[in-house]
Amino acid sequence: MNGLTFDIAHLLAGGLVLVSFMMLYQDRLFALINVFALHAVVLALSVAWQAYVQDAHHLYVTAAIALVFKAIVIPVGLHRIIQRLGIHRDIETAVGIGPTMLAGIGLVTLSMVLMLRVTPDADPLAREDLAFALSIILLGLLVMVTRRNAVSQVVGFMSLENGLVLAATGAKGMPLVVEISVAFSILIAFIVIGVFLFRIRERFDSVDVGALDDYRGERR
Amino acid sequence: MISIVALLLWGVAALLGTAMLAIAVSRRDSATQLVYGLILGIAALVFLAVSSHLVGDPAGVSAVTLPLGLPWIGAHFRLDALSAFFLVVVNLGGAFASLYGLGYGRHESAPHRVLPFFPAFLAGMNLVVLADDAFTFLLSWEFMSLASWALVMAHHREPDNTRAGYIYLVMASFGTLALLLAFGLLAGPAGTYTFDAMRAAEPTRFVAAAVLALMLLGAGSKAGLVPLHVWLPLAHPAAPSHVSALMSGVMTKVAIYGFIRVIFDLLGEPAWWSGVVVLFLGGLTAVLGILHALMEKDLKRLLAYSTIENIGVIFVSLGLALAFKANAMPSAAALALTAALFHVLNHSFFKSLLFFGAGAVLTATGERNMEKLGGLIHRMPLTSFVFLVGCVSISALPPFNGFVSEWLAFQAILQSPDLPQWGLKVMVPAVGGLLALSAALAAACFVKAFGITFLGRPRSAAMEQVREVDRYSLAAMFALAALCLLAGILPGLVIDGISPVTLSLIGNRMPVQMAQPWLSIVPIAESRSSYNGLLVLVFITISASLAAVVIHRFASHALRRGPAWGCGFPDITPAAQYTAVSFAQPIRRVFGTFAFRAKEKVEMPPPGATGPARLTVEMHDVIWETFYQPIAGAVGYASEKLNRLQFLTIRRYLTLVFLYLVTLLLVLALWP
Repeated sequence: MNGLTFDIAHLLAGGLVLVSFMMLYQDRLFALINVFALHAVVLALSVAWQAYVQDAHHLYVTAAIALVFKAIVIPVGLHRIIQRLGIHRDIETAVGIGPTMLAGIGLVTLSMVLMLRVTPDADPLAREDLAFALSIILLGLLVMVTRRNAVSQVVGFMSLENGLVLAATGAKGMPLVVEISVAFSILIAFIVIGVFLFRIRERFDSVDVGALDDYRGERR
Repeated sequence: MISIVALLLWGVAALLGTAMLAIAVSRRDSATQLVYGLILGIAALVFLAVSSHLVGDPAGVSAVTLPLGLPWIGAHFRLDALSAFFLVVVNLGGAFASLYGLGYGRHESAPHRVLPFFPAFLAGMNLVVLADDAFTFLLSWEFMSLASWALVMAHHREPDNTRAGYIYLVMASFGTLALLLAFGLLAGPAGTYTFDAMRAAEPTRFVAAAVLALMLLGAGSKAGLVPLHVWLPLAHPAAPSHVSALMSGVMTKVAIYGFIRVIFDLLGEPAWWSGVVVLFLGGLTAVLGILHALMEKDLKRLLAYSTIENIGVIFVSLGLALAFKANAMPSAAALALTAALFHVLNHSFFKSLLFFGAGAVLTATGERNMEKLGGLIHRMPLTSFVFLVGCVSISALPPFNGFVSEWLAFQAILQSPDLPQWGLKVMVPAVGGLLALSAALAAACFVKAFGITFLGRPRSAAMEQVREVDRYSLAAMFALAALCLLAGILPGLVIDGISPVTLSLIGNRMPVQMAQPWLSIVPIAESRSSYNGLLVLVFITISASLAAVVIHRFASHALRRGPAWGCGFPDITPAAQYTAVSFAQPIRRVFGTFAFRAKEKVEMPPPGATGPARLTVEMHDVIWETFYQPIAGAVGYASEKLNRLQFLTIRRYLTLVFLYLVTLLLVLALWP
């Protein structure tokens, strides 16, 4: 593998991690969704590059799915949901931006240390990919636990899934059917969560998940 | 020609079918008769099939594999001498319990809670004994436990029964866990679950020690080995009496079967110290069990505690057999194992008989507390007679069967000077002392059980209306009493019947006994010791008749009836009689301080005051307080704290998962 190929793959995967960091400090819903769309675009580019490098044509399909669904359909859908529901547009954070960013840096360090240590024999490209993918997954989880708003939890979940796709494409020989089924399960999760958002909104006039806890009669 | 083991499996299937039938018909009036009649028939047939196998082809092994259970293993069943012997115990007990149930079951308040589980319980016990791979064994074992748990919970509205059921369930799960681990160790990393493969494998010393410990926990908790016995005196009395008889007389024996099967058969050559462990636990169990029984006022609980004592006696004999086997003394080992198995059979006879008797008393009076009974011998002469036979047998008095097996155990103990290890040389006589002590205490205990319940004057007014129980119950009790006597005067027959088992497990047997003249038994050599039950019976009969004749001839006409001297007590009410507690008081004085941390307190009124003096006795169940209360406290504390986890917000749950994941990754990253 020549250096340029590797560098580009590295750049795109690193870009994904960077965009994940961008998600961490968004305090407006629309901005968060836009960043998520950007995340999906970078993912699509990365997957397409992998398809080119590995000469695996079915990965182009994966890239197309990522681009169409995650970069266009879901963000547009989320925009419409927010507009139709008239959701309060700033995000209440459970943990401040600064500590969250620091935690994110810690998580990325952790996944780097871990992945580089446990996969010394693997292909260097796959190795880097796996390390970045784990960082993205952990950052997605971090978004989920530091946000009170249901929509931002959905976005955290989706970005986590992007990390999974990145890991899957980095490994050679992942069959297409697995990727398609993952993509569809994400779509279905999006639909289900969307429906739930409507229901929560109808009942509580808010998508702050704290309302659910209040309804259960419990403290935050 | 269908093989014998297939025939027995058909018997088990018939029992399970009866359980199904019982679910369907249990609300009808005739259901009790139908179900118990069917079980009686099936158990008797299985008993006949097994005993004909034992007589005709004692060394024969019959095996069958059914395509059930785990697909790559199948369910293996096998009948050899050991399982045949225990099948005899199980099905004889089952047949008598259902005969008794024909009468006793009519008084059952909730037959639909008993009828389906009773045949299932019996089927489970049969399956445990027949099983020939670890999976089938454990499955049958759990089935047996759960069926008996359902029977314990039959009268779940009565106070304490729910607690008894709960503790039983916890202990049964714990025991099965230990068995699971033991079989896992035996199966080894290759995971060969058939008993044949385990027999062929050579476990290392460490594995053998671990298996012994786990079997003592697993089988011991089911059998009632101290300190794992706590569930037994709660659960056995809670069930209906014929089920109590089955649990005490038979299920504990199935546990002993499991122990023998693994330790003597599957594990290969024992280490000499394994005998020490088993001997020590057996001796402890025997003495503590009977001490608890002595302190007990509840008739059925007394019997349950006495079961613990008998389990101790059996384990002592098994420990001896292990010690002798490890030291290549096969004839002594065969003697000890014969004593153990003989006692298994005997205990199933007289404990069933005594539980039936307690059940008869319970049906007739509605009372289990001995302090409210008394004088029943006038109202229930037949029941009292058979109960007396049971008491004499369990107290190991000749010419009944209890004496023979305990005598054999002592004969085995007398072989101990030939053992090479000093540990055993010292240990065995000490355990023999414990055994002798427990035998004496057992006699005292059953003098109390019989005397307080059946003799004296009625302690409550309800005793006036008491009537003798029905004929089915009496038939079952008389048959068992006859068996107690028969096994006592024909011990050679039983010993010869056991010899195929010792041949297969030890490779040796006791000398043929039926060839001895006049039904004597000679364990080792005539010059050392021999016993003749028939002679003792004849002697007792003649001397007792002579004494009776002499007394009536010379003393009966001089009989006068006059007021009894009441020790200066003006109003001689029945409450002034000896009670169960007062009978046990001297023994409590001797052993109570260390066994129960008993404290007696006397409150004397000051001189001149007319108030009564009071004697209060405070007793503790030391084992419960030492072992179980701390565990229960810790579990309670932990669950109290963890309960908060049920009421977190969604985000906090996510955070928990997230933190957990990060921690795991950190561990992985920092792992050297």
